[in-house]
Amino acid sequence: MNALTSIKTAVGIDGCGERPVLRQRGQREVFCGLTGIVWLHRKIQDAFFLVVGSRTCAHLIQSAAGVMIFAEPRFATAIIDERDLAGLADCNEELDRVVAQLLARRPEIKLLFLVGSCPSEVIKLDLSRAAQRLSQTYDPRVRVLNYSGSGIETTFTQGEDACLACLVPSLPPKIDAKPQLLVVGALSDVVEDQFQRMFIDFGLDDVRFFPPRSANDLPAVGPGTKYLLAQPFLTDTARALEERGAVRLEAPFPLGAEGTTLWLKAAADAFGIDDARFQAVTATRHARAAEALGRYRADLAGKRIFFFPDSQLEIPIARFLARELGCELVEVGTPYLHRQHLSVELDLLPADVMLSEGQDVDKQLDRCREARPDITVCGLGLANPLEADGLTTKWSIELLFTPIQGYEQAIDLAGLFARPLDRQSRLRV
Amino acid sequence: MQLTVWTYEGPPHVGAMRIATAMEGVHYVLHAPQGDTYADLLFTMIERRSKRPPVTYTTFQARDLGGDTAELFKISAQDAFDRFKPQVMLVGASCTAELIQDDPGGLAKTLGLPIPVVALDLPSYQRKENWGASETFYQLVRAICTPYAPPSGTKREPRPEGRRPSCNLLGATALGFRHRDDVREITSLLSQLGIDVNVAAPLDATPTDLARLGAADFNVVLYPETGAQAATWLKRTFGQPATNTVPIGVGATRKFVEEAASLAGIDATAFLAKSSSRLPWYSRSVDSTYLTGKRVFVFGDATHAVAAAKMATEELGFTVVGLGTYSREFAREVREAAKLYNVEPLISDDYLEVEAKIAEAQPELVLGTQMERHIAKRLGLPCAVISAPVHVQDFPARYSPQMGFEGANVIFDTWVHPLMMGLEEHLLQMFREDEEFNDTTPSHLGHRVKKIATVDIAPSTPTAEPIAVAAMPTEPAAMTKARWTAEGEKELGKIPFFVRGKARRNTERFAEERKLETITIETLYDAKAHYSR
Repeated sequence: MNALTSIKTAVGIDGCGERPVLRQRGQREVFCGLTGIVWLHRKIQDAFFLVVGSRTCAHLIQSAAGVMIFAEPRFATAIIDERDLAGLADCNEELDRVVAQLLARRPEIKLLFLVGSCPSEVIKLDLSRAAQRLSQTYDPRVRVLNYSGSGIETTFTQGEDACLACLVPSLPPKIDAKPQLLVVGALSDVVEDQFQRMFIDFGLDDVRFFPPRSANDLPAVGPGTKYLLAQPFLTDTARALEERGAVRLEAPFPLGAEGTTLWLKAAADAFGIDDARFQAVTATRHARAAEALGRYRADLAGKRIFFFPDSQLEIPIARFLARELGCELVEVGTPYLHRQHLSVELDLLPADVMLSEGQDVDKQLDRCREARPDITVCGLGLANPLEADGLTTKWSIELLFTPIQGYEQAIDLAGLFARPLDRQSRLRV
Repeated sequence: MQLTVWTYEGPPHVGAMRIATAMEGVHYVLHAPQGDTYADLLFTMIERRSKRPPVTYTTFQARDLGGDTAELFKISAQDAFDRFKPQVMLVGASCTAELIQDDPGGLAKTLGLPIPVVALDLPSYQRKENWGASETFYQLVRAICTPYAPPSGTKREPRPEGRRPSCNLLGATALGFRHRDDVREITSLLSQLGIDVNVAAPLDATPTDLARLGAADFNVVLYPETGAQAATWLKRTFGQPATNTVPIGVGATRKFVEEAASLAGIDATAFLAKSSSRLPWYSRSVDSTYLTGKRVFVFGDATHAVAAAKMATEELGFTVVGLGTYSREFAREVREAAKLYNVEPLISDDYLEVEAKIAEAQPELVLGTQMERHIAKRLGLPCAVISAPVHVQDFPARYSPQMGFEGANVIFDTWVHPLMMGLEEHLLQMFREDEEFNDTTPSHLGHRVKKIATVDIAPSTPTAEPIAVAAMPTEPAAMTKARWTAEGEKELGKIPFFVRGKARRNTERFAEERKLETITIETLYDAKAHYSR
């Protein structure tokens, strides 16, 4: 709680209570949680994601992944066919057969996720039992876990949440009660390494990242674990960690120079790092990032921004754009608003910002066209149609695939928003 | 269940979207869970469409499943009608909604909308995208044209004297491989021949246009995958004959012109005498000599694959070493064609199997889809794309049809271009002893070539992409191989890279058959002489 108070004091605001949030029900133009596989399979390099679903699921992941860079990626789909549905083939036997085929082909797999989909949920295929059964069969070579990335249960980044949450019970128990810092949420390796170096400079010797780069390198968790969320969409993972005795450090998310400093500060305070040391580690980096951002301020200050709901990163990014670059927030949409995890973020947002949760895409498009923002942040299905209407857009999926956290990436994050405007100003056709 | 890494086709409702999106005035209400809206990006990103596909998704979630998803569908359909005011509505279910059995067709009927509503029954666990497109177009044509159909058995009236003959162009869809340009090319070709296009559909047509389909004298089926089913119904209902030849290639275009002229009752001799493509002369010019007998592997949808194999053989002088398709519905056509080239037809939508077959056939050029382009890149082979599934590259800014005489020109350039660079590569290799050249001379094929060579030498060597090894089940690592002498290996290195793999295989097979323990320079040339016969 002290950490939180110090953050709020540091930036000079008081908590401003509940904000009104617009909630509409209608068509939601969002990805489902299966999409998370696209970055998760790159992060945990010896894990494999087997979606148990339909041709649509396979087509979705392929389309979201954009290009087929990998001959044999670490994900695949077990496509359910009519024989499975008609009961001619026992789904569980079929799944066992497909898993056997896969593991024979890919002996390097150490951790296999069975990923549930809309069809597998609707036909009530029990993947947790299947995972237990298969874990026994392949023990100790391969561990088999399961989670749902279905669209009926998850939206886009919630897939990562479900994946990490299902991994928590496998984390080894923490043997001693020594304080340990756990950073939770997939970050690109370069960002992770930057944070690790700063934590070492703080003098913290037990800092772990979750998910790990290797399935065999799971961090221990238990009483004494203090965790920092690196991503704003990890509701279930946080709950699972807390059930293991871990304690969340309240902080904004490490986006922008300010966000990064406050995020690191939450850790520093929790581990009793004195201010001189904190400043010694962060001040130069913060100043370098802030100065670099200053160059974009001229381009972005006063620009009006509209967020369609997508990744749940909208609120932290809106906070960054408003506070560090002087943008004006027209509407900040998010698929799901976790008030507790975002409490500091919400306090940092301008008081009059319009928040919306969930979506009726047609009505939201009406509002967007009416408001004519300078930049609209939206998914790939909407971007070109809005551009054709003369609105400048930023594809939100890039915010997930680009390293944007931390001091050194703050300028890249600003660049993602400045580039579409720069392009508009160059073109004479 | 089928283990799938990459898919050639999406689910059938994506096929339905290709029809709805191609047309104006049609709206598709799709009962589907949250997440299925991903399909919009295929049209807005890959095809760069400036409008959202005319599709409303109910996007139900888990909490709706306990409640009333049927009511949700009705609300979505009514809202879509009120907002978009379509002339015709398509309703249907995606794979998940198919399981909850809400009956979108029945539900839409209860709304009493003042427009035709076509219910689509597209079995997602059985069928795929092209089938869905074909079925949707057929259902739409049937629903709209039935009121205009003459009584069954009515003989078609001959065309009134003095009226120009006309036809419909059927099958072009959204997200089709060069469909936009093919329609323009064939429209222009027919117009020069003296035949009007009555309606081209579904691409850029409205439901009102579809109502006029029966007025044409005959139908041109541009893409049998999506247009043949509707053409068959139109023939039965309106007595309209249809063309059988798909005008891809010079020969096929000429045959198509004759066929169309015959159906129109006109004489094409004068037209054929004055029009042609540059392809025949380009193929005959001496610069093309080196194209002779190039080994090509062809894979794509059935129509494009069969056409490409014919063109490759007859119009470019290549040798077809593999022919296949992912369209099971048209497997028969591909099997027939494969007989002409004496190759085993490959009917498969298993990407890994296709990769293995290409690696095994050791072609010098791959003609395939975007999926084969990736395979070819990994194998260090040149490749040209001939068919869907499409990629943003398949919607070039310039006019580049595949059909008609101009299409043949485009294809000549597209296929020969990567080989030109192959020749350049050959020259670089030939002169590599020259001090101006060295191994680091950049190659457009990147560094793949060397990797493939590594794979050839030691199949167990781990590489960055183990697939290159794993995908070649026909080349068992356990095969007892004769040992290459240093001189033999060095001599092999002098052979241009794009035939080196083949030379190595042949030499090793030769040595194995003769139970030779070592391979010398002489063995290499013995094998060369042996296999050149």
